[in-house]
Amino acid sequence: MASFSQGGGVLKKRSKTEGTRLKVGLGACGIAAGAMNVFEEARKTVEENDLPIRVERTGCIGMCHHEPLVEIEEKDGGRILLGEMTPEKIAPIIAQYMENGHIDPDNIVAGTDYITENDPFFSKQYRIVLSNCGTINPESIDEYRETGGYEGLARAIREIDPDEIIREVLDSGLRGRGGAGFPTGLKWKFTKQAAGSPKYVVCNADEGDPGAFMDRSTLEGDPHSVIEGMTIAAYAIGASDGYIYVRAEYPLAVSRLKTAIRQANEAGLLGEHILESDFSFDIRIKEGAGAFVCGEETALLASIEGERGLPRLRPPFPATKGLWGKPTNINNVETYASVSRIIQNGASWYSGFGTEKSKGTKVFALAGKIRKGGLIEVPMGITLKEIIYDIGGGIKEGKRFKAVQMGGPSGGCIPESLLDTTIDYDSVTKTGAIMGSGGMVVMDEETCMVEVARFFLEFTQNESCGKCTFCRIGTKRMLEILERITNGLGREDDIERLETLAQSVKSGSLCGLGQTAPNPVLTTLRYFRDEYEAHIKEKRCPAKQCRGLISYRILPEECVGCGVCLKNCPVDAIRGEKKQVHEIDPKKCIKCGICLDSCRFGAVEVR
Amino acid sequence: MDTIDTQAAIAIIERENDKQGALISILQQVQEEYGYLPEKILHLIARRTQNPESKVMATASFYSQFRFEPSGRFTIKVCQGTACHISGASKLLDVLEEELGIAEGETTKDRLFTLETVACLGCCSLAPVIMINETAYGRLTTNKVKKIINDFRNGRTG
Repeated sequence: MASFSQGGGVLKKRSKTEGTRLKVGLGACGIAAGAMNVFEEARKTVEENDLPIRVERTGCIGMCHHEPLVEIEEKDGGRILLGEMTPEKIAPIIAQYMENGHIDPDNIVAGTDYITENDPFFSKQYRIVLSNCGTINPESIDEYRETGGYEGLARAIREIDPDEIIREVLDSGLRGRGGAGFPTGLKWKFTKQAAGSPKYVVCNADEGDPGAFMDRSTLEGDPHSVIEGMTIAAYAIGASDGYIYVRAEYPLAVSRLKTAIRQANEAGLLGEHILESDFSFDIRIKEGAGAFVCGEETALLASIEGERGLPRLRPPFPATKGLWGKPTNINNVETYASVSRIIQNGASWYSGFGTEKSKGTKVFALAGKIRKGGLIEVPMGITLKEIIYDIGGGIKEGKRFKAVQMGGPSGGCIPESLLDTTIDYDSVTKTGAIMGSGGMVVMDEETCMVEVARFFLEFTQNESCGKCTFCRIGTKRMLEILERITNGLGREDDIERLETLAQSVKSGSLCGLGQTAPNPVLTTLRYFRDEYEAHIKEKRCPAKQCRGLISYRILPEECVGCGVCLKNCPVDAIRGEKKQVHEIDPKKCIKCGICLDSCRFGAVEVR
Repeated sequence: MDTIDTQAAIAIIERENDKQGALISILQQVQEEYGYLPEKILHLIARRTQNPESKVMATASFYSQFRFEPSGRFTIKVCQGTACHISGASKLLDVLEEELGIAEGETTKDRLFTLETVACLGCCSLAPVIMINETAYGRLTTNKVKKIINDFRNGRTG
């Protein structure tokens, strides 16, 4: 319990140490940034020089903007986080540190004795679900147990009556973190009370919202917390089988889950007679096959059953009639990970965080045009402004904030005027967006809001399973309208037409996908109607993004005639002799913007 | 088509078939083994799992993971997530289509590359991102993408 009492101090000293360790953040995004090469190089350096330092792997600590990240855990438990590591940098750093304990401060991004206390990236966060991510080795059950892991499960099985556990989850105020916010304890109660056996516990790890990576990071960084939460749920509900439905696009998460399940089985924490009790529970992994609609719970169940992922009518809810017609409890990754902590530390501890109706913390994936993107966990009740400007450090490259998109394709875009909105289910819903699973994509002045609406509609239209007419055809018609507006062919009555269609799709669809698909359009119409009007009436894209409404030209006074744009242009639309001013042929130009990106002299202008 | 060896598929079906809801797992493992779902094997799956062929085909075609043509040695997935989208992912796709001479969903003639898009790889802070087989590449620009493709062509992978 002590492990959480020190608050959000993310890089607090470790009380138990085993000598100097060097931990490389090997989440999928760390690896994408080149962390594997850093890991190999560090290992080689240590082996070749026979240094008394252990090189290990860890998950994502959330400072994605500084990837690849390496942590040095000092002999006394102090922790130093190094950012933007490369294979070239790491060897000399290790050598110097082992020689005299010194590290060049330029390489340090945070640490126990460094800037953590004052750095709002960490000080405004409070980590419950993510407390182990980027701290422990996710492939070691022992490290998870050292942090108090599986204590909650042991307490549950040995000391608490199943009904008492459900009451504790109810008292904690935890609401489903998948987006809808249904009280978790109530769901459990319904499943327990439902007639039928066997009962199932399912974890929805089909994180499909574009712009969301909370669950991937949790599964990669702390898989045991999810397994423990599911096992507690199974014990409380009386289930003997569990499934984790996880996206196949997350190969690392799948492999870490497999490792964790094997370890838990070997330790007697999963499988037959858990902790020598009468309670048995197995978990199987089902890999999703790439269908967004399977994030909807009834579609997910159909997919586990080996069918097409078509949603079913509710009621009956899965709690009474779920997997193979049996009572089934479905929660998402973050919900189960929260449960482990709640049973470990008690309901009143958890409900001490957050607001009256939204308790605890929420994990967000902060991305887009933000300076410090990453994985963050904040107490409910914090404002959007604090997240974006204090934790996220504001907008990249000094540009102006325009909107923050919450809730993915089911959510909406929140404008600057509403940045004082607090993070809780009801306040976010009031803006027209939804809390969602935690994707938070920041957009700046260069993002066209009509184009963003088109982007989301293209996504939902593509992912509509086709069962309901309004979703299947309505989203298609909406997409066509948005496409013509962004192509400069918008018609006077298109806005009204969009609004009418949006209402029809909302009310004529069976599942959440269709019911929420119009939200990105409705919120952008509500807050950025002027951008729609500029496209339609003035044939102008204020953000200068829509290809049908912009043109590129080379500024003669800036062009040095280096020929880089000419060489890179995919359609040979640029003419000009070496060291002479170049010119773009507007008839050939496809407005791909490659010349703009490749020009080092700022000589390409968009109008 | 007749040269396709069915032994591996039969072994997969026998191993999985008595489990509940095994169809998708069978399809996934067959694709893992063969690189795609050959027509001959789809018939075989239907027969051996006692499912109508329509059901096997309906399930396989519902999920975007399954493909019915062999893919290239390297499958490039261009992330279409929100963060990637507003950071210029469509430009990366344009460049890849241009560089490889194929459209999204196609495979190069030399069977080296297959070009696909994917909803979101979840590496949003490194946007824009592409994944080649199981390795993600982040913070890309059109020039970096060209270089990566050339590295793969010249055998300097990863």
